[in-house]
Amino acid sequence: MQYLLLLYVNEGVFATMTKAQQEQGVAAYMAYTEALTKANAYKASNRLQPISTATTVRIADGKSQVLDGPYVDSKEQLGGFFLIYAPDLDAALSWAARCPAASHGVVEVRPIWNMQA
Amino acid sequence: MNSHEGDVQARITADAVARRSYGKLVAFLAARTQDVAAAEDALSEAFASALADWPRNGCPSNPEAWLLTVARRKAIDMHRARHRHEIAAEQLQMMAEGLDAAATAAEIPDQRLAMMFACAHPAIDAGIRAPLILQVVLGLDAKTIASAFLTSPAAMGKRLVRAKEKIRQARIPFSVPEREELPDRLETVLDAIYAAFAEGWTDPGGTDVARRDLTEETMFLARLVAELLPEEPEASGLLALMLHAEARRRARRSQNGDFVPLAEQDPALWDTQMIDEAEALLHRACIRSVIGRYQLEAALQSAHVDRCRTGHANWEEVVQLYDALFALAGSPVVAINRALAIAETDGAAVALDAMPEIAADVRLAEYQPYWAARAELLARSGACDDARQSYEIAIGLERDPAVRNFLLQRQSALSI
Repeated sequence: MQYLLLLYVNEGVFATMTKAQQEQGVAAYMAYTEALTKANAYKASNRLQPISTATTVRIADGKSQVLDGPYVDSKEQLGGFFLIYAPDLDAALSWAARCPAASHGVVEVRPIWNMQA
Repeated sequence: MNSHEGDVQARITADAVARRSYGKLVAFLAARTQDVAAAEDALSEAFASALADWPRNGCPSNPEAWLLTVARRKAIDMHRARHRHEIAAEQLQMMAEGLDAAATAAEIPDQRLAMMFACAHPAIDAGIRAPLILQVVLGLDAKTIASAFLTSPAAMGKRLVRAKEKIRQARIPFSVPEREELPDRLETVLDAIYAAFAEGWTDPGGTDVARRDLTEETMFLARLVAELLPEEPEASGLLALMLHAEARRRARRSQNGDFVPLAEQDPALWDTQMIDEAEALLHRACIRSVIGRYQLEAALQSAHVDRCRTGHANWEEVVQLYDALFALAGSPVVAINRALAIAETDGAAVALDAMPEIAADVRLAEYQPYWAARAELLARSGACDDARQSYEIAIGLERDPAVRNFLLQRQSALSI
């Protein structure tokens, strides 16, 4: 099974951290990626630019509407994702708990829709 | 007393009874019918009635008996409603009689131990035993238990329901097993309690196992079993082990919240009362000279405490204890900690050879203490690149930010 881990963190915090703390934070994510890879659980991941760069598009009644900013404005913002392989939800939750974002934000775990099934 | 004060008083009394007697009441209600879910439902309705009745009429002098009487009536009503077509008159009669006897007795007989044996019965899936005990004896809800065990609350709820169904349908008895059967069956109960206590904690040395969310609850359960089975050395051993782990809790974090490994802890921060109690329990258990896993694990904790307090290296003794433990329960987890002790007596190279192979147990690939121990041993033997790589994986597998940072520092301290 594939699961998408959506990382919600307060993106303002990173800028307030010392350089050493930032480095430590980045190192934790790199180690997490390495552990996923070693366990054959890694599929893909990426970090997103801050929500100030977000733009939303929708088309309703034949008219397009484009807005600056994210779809949902919240205390914690979607800041990145990991796409992982896990045999079941419990295993995926286990990986979610190890994700550094789980200790300074929230990790949402979503199973990927299997189009073959 | 105005009605608001009455409400508050009723709630305080109900909470106190729930804490003190929840498991006792469930065990008693379910003992004959083996229907744990029905007992829980009846009891929760009884608690609801209490919150409505007690503010009006005052809290009863014996709230347990009051709750039991109401719960009994609810249980019989519910049973009737559910089994209308197959009226089991005999069973109802039996239920009513037993429950009547209890309601009139001053003391409700304590059948919590019997209920724990049912919950940890070999027919119940090993993974659900600990959650089941936490729910039926302590009344924890599925959401709380699911969080502690890193499972979805919906899934945990379903598993708990299924396990209770199994107890009822398979007629798993609420009884403390006979003498000859007792040690094996007790082991499953103790394992379930320890699983809940140690869940999720992964310190690199394996010497500071402690549950973060459910410590208090699982200590209560271990104490309960040790008190109800004072003649069983393993029950005392488990409690001793848990007391030792809990005694060092304050010393395990610095004031800044940093992880402090055992060797660097300040023994003055340890809870001496808990350590003394653990030592007394262990001493009492050992007199019966029936060795077991939990006594050995407690003895190891005792040896670590002694070494740190006196500064007198006792690694030979520690290795011997791990040898005995490995012979008894040859788990890779024991092998890892044994290897770390061997490093102190025979050096890192010998210790690396003593480490378990991933090939032998694939779960090691995702077991943080394995990688942390490997990294430590590689670093000591001068293999810095390999050590860095192992630290990397250990860091990635760790959930606790304090331990993660500790490992990151260890990694960056490696010479290049």
